[in-house]
This record gives sequence, structure tokens and C-alpha cells, in this order.
Amino acid sequence: MNVLDIKDLKVEFPGRKSVFVAVNGVDMSVEAGKILGVVGESGAGKSTVGNAVIGLLQEPGHIAGGEIYLHGKRIDQLPYKQKRLLRGRKIGMIFQDPLTSLDPLQTVESQLVETIRTHLPLSAKAARQRAVELIDSVGIPNADERIRQYPHQFSGGMRQRVVIALALCAEPELVIADEPTTALDVSIQAQILELMKKLCAERNVAMLVITHDMGVIADITDHVAVMYHGDLVEYGETTQVLGAPVHPYTQSLISAVPRPDIRVDRFPVVNYIEKAGTPQKQIDISTHWLGKSRDYGKVSGPLVKIRDLDMAFETRGSIFPSRRKYFQAVKKVSFDIEEGETFGLVGESGSGKSTIARLITGLYEPTGGSILFGTTELTSLKNRRDVLAMRRQMQMIFQDPYSSLNARMRVRDIIAEPIKFHRLASSNAEVRQIVDDLLDHVGLGAAAGKKYPHEFSGGQRQRISIARALATRPRFLICDEPTSALDVSIQAQILNLLKDLQEELGLTMLFISHDLAVIRQMCNRIGVMRHGELCEVADCDALFETPQHAYTRELLSLMPSLELLSRANLQTVDHPEA
Amino acid sequence: MPYVSNEEAKAAVQDRAGIPPAPSRLARIVDSDMFHSFLRSKVTVVAACGTLILFLLAFLAPWVAPHNPFDLASISILDARVPPVWMEYSDPRFLLGTDDQGRDILSAIFYGMRISLIVGFCSVAAAATIGITLGLVAGYMGGRVDAVIMRIADVQLTFPAILIALLIDGVAAGIFGSIDREVFAFYILIVSLALSFWVQYARTVRGSTMVEKNKEYVQAARVIGIPSVTIMARHILPNVMGPVMVIATINLALAIVTEATLSFLGVGMPPTQPSLGTLIAIGNDFLYSGEWWIAIFPGLALALLVLNVNLLGDWLRDALNPKLR
Repeated sequence: MNVLDIKDLKVEFPGRKSVFVAVNGVDMSVEAGKILGVVGESGAGKSTVGNAVIGLLQEPGHIAGGEIYLHGKRIDQLPYKQKRLLRGRKIGMIFQDPLTSLDPLQTVESQLVETIRTHLPLSAKAARQRAVELIDSVGIPNADERIRQYPHQFSGGMRQRVVIALALCAEPELVIADEPTTALDVSIQAQILELMKKLCAERNVAMLVITHDMGVIADITDHVAVMYHGDLVEYGETTQVLGAPVHPYTQSLISAVPRPDIRVDRFPVVNYIEKAGTPQKQIDISTHWLGKSRDYGKVSGPLVKIRDLDMAFETRGSIFPSRRKYFQAVKKVSFDIEEGETFGLVGESGSGKSTIARLITGLYEPTGGSILFGTTELTSLKNRRDVLAMRRQMQMIFQDPYSSLNARMRVRDIIAEPIKFHRLASSNAEVRQIVDDLLDHVGLGAAAGKKYPHEFSGGQRQRISIARALATRPRFLICDEPTSALDVSIQAQILNLLKDLQEELGLTMLFISHDLAVIRQMCNRIGVMRHGELCEVADCDALFETPQHAYTRELLSLMPSLELLSRANLQTVDHPEA
Repeated sequence: MPYVSNEEAKAAVQDRAGIPPAPSRLARIVDSDMFHSFLRSKVTVVAACGTLILFLLAFLAPWVAPHNPFDLASISILDARVPPVWMEYSDPRFLLGTDDQGRDILSAIFYGMRISLIVGFCSVAAAATIGITLGLVAGYMGGRVDAVIMRIADVQLTFPAILIALLIDGVAAGIFGSIDREVFAFYILIVSLALSFWVQYARTVRGSTMVEKNKEYVQAARVIGIPSVTIMARHILPNVMGPVMVIATINLALAIVTEATLSFLGVGMPPTQPSLGTLIAIGNDFLYSGEWWIAIFPGLALALLVLNVNLLGDWLRDALNPKLR
């Protein structure tokens, strides 16, 4: 018998001008001991399904049609009080961010005991006993002691384990997990997923996992529902849906997922993604402004030479040097980047990879070591004119497309600013022309210049950032997690664009990402970082096939396997399947 | 993403349908959430209309006032202390009566409101300029510069506005002598109000700046090589103006009240260029002799003005606060 049955569910959010249909006629069901994955990109309505089931739809959203059954009993029409009793007791919930889903002022014990005693008729002592057992069962060692600690004394992964224990504490029949591993590092993600899978089987709980991540779906789900703009486009067994997708949206979504095991030249261009469009007019780079004076002079040897780079942040200031405390973000890092190549830096959060990018661009001053760009030592530049000349040659693309553009400036002015500032064009008319060409070249069209950033979606904004970075005619481009805030199909298009631009303009790139699969698609050589240290530098294919360092091997082994996914439409490059 | 806003839905539609042409500026304003929330709040619409009418009456005083109370040729001591029209012994020429020198109260209110508003606007502008500049510098530079500026602000806060005004007035009187007082009173008032109110702007702007300076668009500007001053002025300033507008509106009302207080105490505008506060002070002398209208009507005008501006400020604060939407 199915634990959860959703029939023709429709959820609406009435707005000022129109009614937004977030979920439009969705059917799905989960059996006990099975995991159903709901996958889709932002705005697909996947989280809304979860919220509708547990009865936590945000105002003014409401269920406009359809039925939800829990063990054959209809629950969507229950009055508020009875719905509240279901939460926690029959339906447990795991949220995305373990940092905010626990009360920081209560110990883990009191949160667990409170929840247990709300739902189960147990004495305080028995409830505590149960809490300890739960903490133990989610794999936290020393349960008896750790249960008395506060959430901030746990690491991110451990906190997510506590959240899982909290969701399970009243023996629910159904657990809804909304992006349970999105805020976690790869290595912790793997552990949490394994734990969820284990608990689901042991306790015979039905699980609804909502995620945007195909890796999570492939890893733990039995069935999968693919959603697109509120519609359920494909629903079936995971192996079936991922291996041989039928609906064109599923096909395009799967073809856009970067794989760690194969390298594609370009991601296939498919429908069902944001409108970007190809450039309206072809620009001849050799005669166009973009290509002019690109000749910065050839360098012999690598373009960027980093030696023994050190960076320490002061964590406690004091007038006495001996009492100051530092956090060593980057420790004695050395590597070279050859002209024209893409060098990848990969590592988990806090590994210091973004700090290196900021050190190279001069946003931070290193505490030691040298950065040689061509023949210029960047760390010893004092003269403002020399600094500006260097700044012009290297540009950066940031992670968050929502904060990397000034909301109060028109797109046209955002892109014109570096051109005007560095006096790269002789007249305002020329600047205008260049901006129009740049916007067209990144696939937005010149008409986009008149608008403000908030009128664009994430992927389109990232295109604007790229146009701005190109506006100084740089020779070296640093991409700091350029696609990690984007949906997977948009990510594919942005990665394609970056590859096109690199080939056209002969750019040298430093590509920073936490995602090994993305790194594999983009880079010639890769450096692996951990705790501020560079563990290993190797050619892309060599790193994936014969990793030398133990940490690299660990990272690779923790990656969700995507071999299940269909490989239709993919054109791999130079490298036969291993 | 549990809640999809209209904007996101629109963006999603745009993605599929291509980018439509940008709407005109007026259409943008009428269509905005801000304008919508304005129309939805009846109190705010009434307050806005009231404010507009009062502003118009004040700034068009020479054309709309029935008399010119400062034209010595047109006032007559024979008309002194005439009560409002609905009372006995009234004169239909003077709707709200006259004061002890025969000046029309209604006209005096219009002219006085004009002076009050000019002082209010100028002092808010001056305070905002000082506060925003120092706040931006403190927030962006951080470190010692920040510490020095904010400690000055802390010290500033320990003096009440009236004390500062009295101090400055006393110093100015010493420097310029009492003969020039009438000429300088206006400027002294603005300086003292500006010096009492700048701290609030500085603190707010500093806080917002510290948030904004770590955003990636500021880093992008730094990577381009743009100097700090330009980054502060072009990139950060426009992004921290929201809360400043709210404070400025609420402070306008506060400045008008403080100005009235100072004038009432005799350190503000002189009786030859009376503000609302001065008018109340003049009327105060006659309150107990039965000529209540000389003080009460300017007082009512002051209350009405401040209430309307405050209601507008409250709405602006709520409309710009995403948490309350």
C-alpha cells in the first residue's frame, strides 16, 4: 500500500495581476521503504509539492485542486489543528540548511525531547533515552555526551544528522527532504545520502526527496518525478527515467548534466532553457574592437607563475603582535598557468580556492610569496598606473549573479564603465557600439542594454557579468564558481559560452569550482586544494583516471555516480570512455 | 524555492518568450509595487494629499495668502486682536483673526509655514549630506577611520539638539553681535539642526555600506580598477539611499518640531521673520488674556503639518522594508 498518494494536485499563488500556478495537476505516490525523488530546476514547483503535503504553503498560496492521501486517508482538507498533529508525528521534514533549521538557543537534547514528548506519550526519562538512541542511529559518535551540546558545537554535516534525527523522532511514516544536501560539501553529501538510504530501508519509512541535483536522484531514489514549470513531465522508475528519458525536457535536462566520467566538447543546445539566442551578427574578432590590441606581447614560459603564496587573515586583533591570532587561508601554494589554457582549481568550501582568485586580482594583499604575471611581479606593484594596466589584463566573473551587478545601474552603463574608465574607446558613440556588440555576443541582444539587472534571470545576469569582464579586453579571466548558483541547463549554456569565448579570444582562464564534473568539462589542467594547501596538480584526464594524492582519490570516490544517465546527444572529446 | 514571486514568474516567461521592450518610465512607476502599496493605504493617500496642500499653501504664500503680514503699509494697529470670523466683533477680512499688531493670522501661518519648511528642508539636506558622507567613509574604510568617526558620533549623541542650538546661538551672538542676529538666525538654526541630526544618517549609511561593500558588484568594480571614491559615490551610494529616504522624511517632521521649539524659546527665527514656532511664542503671551486664536491656530497648523509628514514617513518605511510586505 502506498504511504503517500498525490492526485491531480494543483497549487496556486494569486498575485496582484495574475494567478501564478506553481503546481499544475501532479500525480505521484510513494511506498513504504522507498524513496521518491522530485527533480526540476528553479521555479519547477518541486518544493511547493512538499510544502503542500505537509501543509506549510506560504501565503497566499493554496491548494486549488486535487487530493493528498496519507495511508489512504485524505489529509489536504484537514482543519489546521489536525494537520498540525500530522507534522512531526506522521510526516517528518528535513530542510536544506542545517545552520538555520535548529534552534541555536536550545541544546540538541531539549529540541529532541520536546518533539518526542509532543507526539509520543513518553516520560521525560524515556524520551531522553529515545533521543540518545536516535542520535546514535544517525551516526553521531558519543551520543550520550553530544546530545547535551548546542547546535553551534556541531559541524554542518553533523547538524544535518541532528535534523534527520529530529525528523525521525516520532516514527513518522513519511519523511520529506527538501534539498537535504545542497548546503553541504561533496564528502558530507555522500555520507548523508547513505544515511538517508539506510534509515529509509531500516525503518520502512517512505521518503520524498526534493532536489535539483541529478546526482542525488541517481544515487538514492527508487522512483523519480521530473517537474517543469509546475507540470509533471515524466514519472517512473529512476533507472528507466534517467537511462532512457522519453520527454524532451527530461532529455535536455539529462544531457545538460556535467559528468565526471566523460568530457564533452559542447553541451547540446536544446529547447526548454532560458532564451539566450545566438548572436545576431557575426563579429570578425581580428578586425573588431574586441580583438584589437590583444597582443600584449608574448611571454616565454607560463603567463601566471605563483610561488609559495601565503595568506593569513587576522581573526583576533591586538596591539601586541604575539597575542594576534590568524587563520591561514592559503599555505605555500605554487602553480603555473600557461598562456591559453584553462587551469582548474577544485576543493571543498574553505579550501582557499576563492582566496587565491582574490589574491591574484589584488582584492587581497598576500602575506607572503609571489605572483608573477608575464614578467611583472604583482605583489610589488606600487605605482597606480602600473596597477591599472595589470587590472585591465585580468578580469573576474563572480559566483552570485544576483549580487555581482549594481542594481541601480542600467546594463549598458555597467558594461560601459570599464571601457570608459580605462579609456579603451575614443568616443561615446564608439563605447555604445562596443557595448551593443558585447551584449549581442554573449547572446542577450543589444536591446538588453536599456534595462536594469533585476529584469533578467540568473543565467542572463551571468551573461551580463561575462560581457562586463570582457569589456577591458582581458587576456586572463578568472571564473570563481561561475555557474554554481545556476540551474543545470543554464549552467550548460554558460559553460558553452565560456568555451566559445576562450577559443575565439585566446583567453587564459583560471576556473574555480567545487564541482569536479564541471571542472572536467572546462579545464586542461587541474589543481586540487584542501585546507589552503595544494594537494595535487595534474592534467585533466590523468587526474580523473590516475589520481595520485589520497585526498583526490577520496574526492573522486565520493562523487555521485552518473553512469546511470543517458548519454544520448553527447559528443565526447578526444578521450574514449574508460 | 517554495514561493515564486511574480517577478520570477515573469522572468521565467520572458526566458521562453524573448525579451520584451522596456516599458516607459511613467508606466514603470504606475506599475510598481511601491505605487500599488501607496494606493492601497487610504491613510497614506490622505496624508500625501494633506502634505501636498500644506506645501503648496506654504510655498505659494505670497499669492494665496489674503494679506501680506510683513507689508507695514497694509497692516493697521486698529485691526489688532480681531477674533476669528465666527465670533463676536470679528472682521470678515480676517478669517482666523489677527494678532496684537493687526496681522492676519491665516496669512501669518502660511508665511510661517514656509519658513518652517525651508528651515526643515535645508537642515535635513545638510544633516543628510554630512551624515551620508561620514557614514560612507566610515563603513567603506573601516578600521581607525571608522572608529574615529563613530566615536565622534557617539559623543554628538550625548548632546540634545536644543543644547547644541543654544550653544551655537550663544557663540554666534558673541561673534556677530546681536545686531546681525536677524540676518544670521536662519543659518544658525540650520547649522544647529544639521549638527544634531547627522548621526542617525551616518549610522544607517555606515551599516548598509558595510553590507554593500562585501557584495560582488563592489568587488567587480575594484577588479576593474575603479578608485575608492568613485566606488563609494557611483556604486555604493545609490544602493544605500533607501533607508536614508525614510530617515529624511521622518527627520523632516522632527526638524520642523525642533525648529518650532527653538523659536518658541527665542533662539530660533526672530519675530520679524516668524516661523510657526515664533508665532506660537507670540501668541503664548495672549493665551491668558482670552486671545487664544493667536497661539492655537499656528499650533494646529504645526500639528497638521508634522502629522502628515510623519504618516508619509511611516508608510515609506514599511514600503521599503521587505520584511513587512
